Amino acid sequence: MTTDPASATSVAAVPSPAGPTDSSAPAAVAAPATGSSTGATVQFVGLRRTFGATTALDGLDLTVNPGELLALLGPSGCGKTTALRMLAGFETPDSGQVLVDGEDVTRIPAHRRDAGMVFQSYSLFPHLNARDNVAFGLKMRKTGKVERHRRADELLELVGLPTHGDRYPHQLSGGQQQRIALARALALQPRVLLLDEPLSALDAKVRLNLREEIRRLQQELGITTLFVTHDQEEALSMADRVAVMHAGRMEQCDTPAELYARPATAFVAEFVGTMNRIPGALTEGGRTVELLGQRLPVDGTTELRAEVDVLVRPENVLVTAGGGQGAVVTGTTFLGASTRLTVQLPDGTALKADLSTHDAAELPAGTGVTVSLPERPVLVDSRR
Amino acid sequence: MAGVTASALNTEGRPAPSTANGPGPAGARGGVLAGLSRIRWGRGTVLLVAGLYFLVPIGTTLWFTVDNSPQGFSLDAYRQIFTVPGLWPALQLSLLLAAGTIVLVYLLLIPAVVAVRLGSPRLRTVVELTCTLPLVVPTIALTAGISDVLRWCNDNLAPTPFYATFLDAQNANFPVVLLLAYVVMALPLAFRTLDAGMRALDVRTLLEAAQNNGASRGRAIVTVILPNLRAAMLNTAFITLALVLGEFTVASILGYVPFAVWIVNGNSAGQGPVTVAVSIVSLLLTWLLLLVLSIGSERRGRAQAQH
Repeated sequence: MTTDPASATSVAAVPSPAGPTDSSAPAAVAAPATGSSTGATVQFVGLRRTFGATTALDGLDLTVNPGELLALLGPSGCGKTTALRMLAGFETPDSGQVLVDGEDVTRIPAHRRDAGMVFQSYSLFPHLNARDNVAFGLKMRKTGKVERHRRADELLELVGLPTHGDRYPHQLSGGQQQRIALARALALQPRVLLLDEPLSALDAKVRLNLREEIRRLQQELGITTLFVTHDQEEALSMADRVAVMHAGRMEQCDTPAELYARPATAFVAEFVGTMNRIPGALTEGGRTVELLGQRLPVDGTTELRAEVDVLVRPENVLVTAGGGQGAVVTGTTFLGASTRLTVQLPDGTALKADLSTHDAAELPAGTGVTVSLPERPVLVDSRR
Repeated sequence: MAGVTASALNTEGRPAPSTANGPGPAGARGGVLAGLSRIRWGRGTVLLVAGLYFLVPIGTTLWFTVDNSPQGFSLDAYRQIFTVPGLWPALQLSLLLAAGTIVLVYLLLIPAVVAVRLGSPRLRTVVELTCTLPLVVPTIALTAGISDVLRWCNDNLAPTPFYATFLDAQNANFPVVLLLAYVVMALPLAFRTLDAGMRALDVRTLLEAAQNNGASRGRAIVTVILPNLRAAMLNTAFITLALVLGEFTVASILGYVPFAVWIVNGNSAGQGPVTVAVSIVSLLLTWLLLLVLSIGSERRGRAQAQH
């Protein structure tokens, strides 16, 4: 977890990263992970793995706290799935360790790891009905048939499909199959739950439902969960913390709100949410930056050269009609409650600015406008 | 049947084109309907030709077994099936050989297909080529090769302890030599059916899911992969059975008398109607077996659908 005491207040101040159309998203974010007796601590220590010429993991260090849902977020090929598969035991690192509750499990074969996994593709056993699928692990552990079925029915109830025990996978929809897969992953009461893009094969509506359900279950059970996704909205709305990965390394691991408000690197800033780059010049030895006729304090310390880009979220850009700045609205996109304006500055920089639809109605394309930023510390990055 | 009815309804009142080309790349809705009526003609022609091709020989064969000129209709040929000498040993030998071939093909191919799929997908081409090789080797060449090997063994193994094994392998009650030849001949089709069944599965994910649920790799293959290969394995068994029951060349030249050889021998020995009656009966039995298989799989599907 972050050590910055200010982060607690910034949670409420930051608007939903999912965009103005999805007001329900931050609800899940706000709930902190409470330590639970069943949750285990997972640690990746210096994990390294190469496949031929490509480096999947380039020294990954990460700690997942007991009972927390941590999302591994990144573009495809960033190593997030490899990391998850190492915890499941399907990949072996070239170097480094995987620890569960302090115990090194790196060399333990997959079938003796205490981790339930839900796969991206439908992975139910086609020859078994839903109940037997869920009970498969119990059967492997030689649990009696009666007890096995009782447990399976319990779990089917838990995932909301109590009447589907006798159905075979080909008789179930994609969303139902993934629910059964979730029940199967939980059947052995694992210490860790692994979700490998479990929602990416589903359609949008089912995805939203299942997302909330997974989060609810995870919090009820208090199980430590690793969730791999390339969908930032999914990660931000579900996870206690999000670890952003890039090229086999971790860029930043923080709460969704902190990640959105204070991205540690330019990659995170631009991968998570939308970010504007506005040219500016550092002044006062790097403590302030001048842009758009304003002088704003710089967030954190910087050792960059004078020519920098200031990183600003669209919702933090203020646009007013008129003025002699020479900026022009070049396009508008209606998003519901808000409207996204594209504004061109005199130097050619294109900006995105989110305004309430009511305000934006007075600024159609072609309007001359003035762009300014609120008097708050801003993030800077070296100019591209 | 449903398709024919539907197309008849769709094309009601339309003149049917005389061409039997099947559906072309229809540009408009009307083109699709016209295409359907063309299918109907095409279907009819194909059905007629295929029907004649299959039914005429069977019909005339049947005629041959029941027409006892000049007395007229008679079922004597079928009555004799139960008394004619040599039939039951020959059939027994063929069924034994078929069972042995199926078991050996399973033992050879299932581990190979699984290993290739999991271990080194690039080796698949090699395995496929190897398994297809018997198709391009004429049976007669294969038999000639086997004869040569047997002769060489006969000349050179006599003083060694292997000679007894060698003789056992040629035991007329269960000729292992013949069994081995049949395994080779069954490889091309058996590999294809098993490989197709395997490819229909997401083997890697299924195995990982099983391992994740506490099954070791070996156990995962047995409890998850094999049950899902059941249909492919049944197909393989059936094709192999058909192949062994009908094989004549190798068995005949090597001097064994399984089912097919018995039929041909009996025919030339003047037992004509009986042997042909046996052919008809075996055809019916094969057909019944097919029916049982397909009903079995259908019932399984229905049972799944009802729950």
